[in-house]
Amino acid sequence: MTGALTALYRYVPLLLLAALWEGLTRFGIVSDLVLPPLSGVIASWFTLFEDGGILYHTGASLLRGVSGLGLAIAVGTTLGVLMAWIVPIRVVFRPIVQMFYPIPKSALIPIMMIWLGFGDASKIVLIFLGCMLPVTVSAFNGARGVDRVLIWSARSLGATRGEVLREVIAPAALPEILSGIRTALALSFLLLVSSELLISREGLGYLIGNFGDAGIYTSMFAVVLTVSALGFAADRLYLLFVRRVLAWRE
Amino acid sequence: MVERLKQDAAASIRIESISHEYRPARGRPVQALDEVSLEIRDREFLALLGPSGCGKSTLLYLIGGFLPITHGRIEIGGRAVTEPGPDRGIVFQHFALFPWKTVLQNVLYGLQKLRLTREEQLKRARDYINLVKLTGFENSYPSQLSGGMKQRAALARTLAVDPTILLMDEPFGALDAQTRSLMQEELLSIWQRQRKTVVFVTHDVQEAVYLADRIAIMSARPGRIKEIVDSRFEQRGPALLKSPAFMEKVDYVWNVVRQEAIIAQAEVPM
Repeated sequence: MTGALTALYRYVPLLLLAALWEGLTRFGIVSDLVLPPLSGVIASWFTLFEDGGILYHTGASLLRGVSGLGLAIAVGTTLGVLMAWIVPIRVVFRPIVQMFYPIPKSALIPIMMIWLGFGDASKIVLIFLGCMLPVTVSAFNGARGVDRVLIWSARSLGATRGEVLREVIAPAALPEILSGIRTALALSFLLLVSSELLISREGLGYLIGNFGDAGIYTSMFAVVLTVSALGFAADRLYLLFVRRVLAWRE
Repeated sequence: MVERLKQDAAASIRIESISHEYRPARGRPVQALDEVSLEIRDREFLALLGPSGCGKSTLLYLIGGFLPITHGRIEIGGRAVTEPGPDRGIVFQHFALFPWKTVLQNVLYGLQKLRLTREEQLKRARDYINLVKLTGFENSYPSQLSGGMKQRAALARTLAVDPTILLMDEPFGALDAQTRSLMQEELLSIWQRQRKTVVFVTHDVQEAVYLADRIAIMSARPGRIKEIVDSRFEQRGPALLKSPAFMEKVDYVWNVVRQEAIIAQAEVPM
């Protein structure tokens, strides 16, 4: 009960911001060409929801985001852990990762379009490439940082080198991997929306661009708010998941 | 029975002219051990005693097969050490429990590598948890335990796979004085029931004299065996700590170690 109340109090500033938004636009202090009133935006959202438009485009976007991010997590974790403990793999991939890490991944959007077209593939590959690097780097650092006495203990308890990799190094690196995945999660939204905004015929990013071009600002803001809410919810759910997985840390 | 005898004979350790160099990421290589030779008998409790930085832990890690042997040779029951194995269990100063596993899961880890049924694994895990007096804490995570309890759990995990040799790297060094003396008693009582060859690294003179049959005293870096002192007593137990014979032995060992400690201190930067 008190927990729920404290949680509620935490979001009071958001409610104040919403009230400010509504007040400024309702009384004409800010023109509705710049910022439509919040009430209008909410009304548009319900219209979009009822005709199924927002659900359809959300589905399209989430499919791309989940596929790209899922691939990035699977490949990035494996690559990072292997780079940490197998020298030839480190020698080959380290310079490649270092080279690609600082590239702003949005710069790859036109390249992906040329290579893979306007459909799902270009977005999925873009998100995969962009999100894989932070996961790889965190898995690498996490795996490198494993205390050698844990590895030695496992070996003297009869574990083979392969078993040590799976049963000791991977779980010991997990806290760091999970924080890398959180960065990747935020990045996946960024890449998803910006790529859809530029080149797409469906998805939330496309919807934002489309309503913007058509001058239907209440709908455009409604979609922007939807994206924010999804990003916020994904992050909160992820944190809950992490807290469960890392319960042993106390 | 024959099998068991063979196994027992295999628990002697022969260390022949072992030298070892550390190569730090920066700076010059450090000579940790210089031509160390030592015989550790089957089912003997041997303490490796010396000032910090004398290479006593390094020697233990070499016996464990954790560090590569680059100069010299270590044999266990006539077979050269090349890698770690479940014949040599180890207990570290900072416990080295898997923090994501509960006490029971930690103890089960090594048992799962053996050919045992699930029931046998669980039974043995519970027996050893009971042996170290942790019954009731099977489902606790290491982060929920005190230092002494963590070390008990680590000891149970190591003993559960029944190694013939027990390597202990300052196992009670991170514990408070009271817990340490309790743990010493328990280690002795376990060792009296399950005779194993024990190699016990410590810099605590009293602990070495109290626990060990023999004490190998090491010199300051680079580590060499300076002297081997017999420290066998008729009866071990808290009463021994106050006996004149015990105190005399501590005095003697302390005098040998002190010179080395002074040398070691002079070498420590700062």
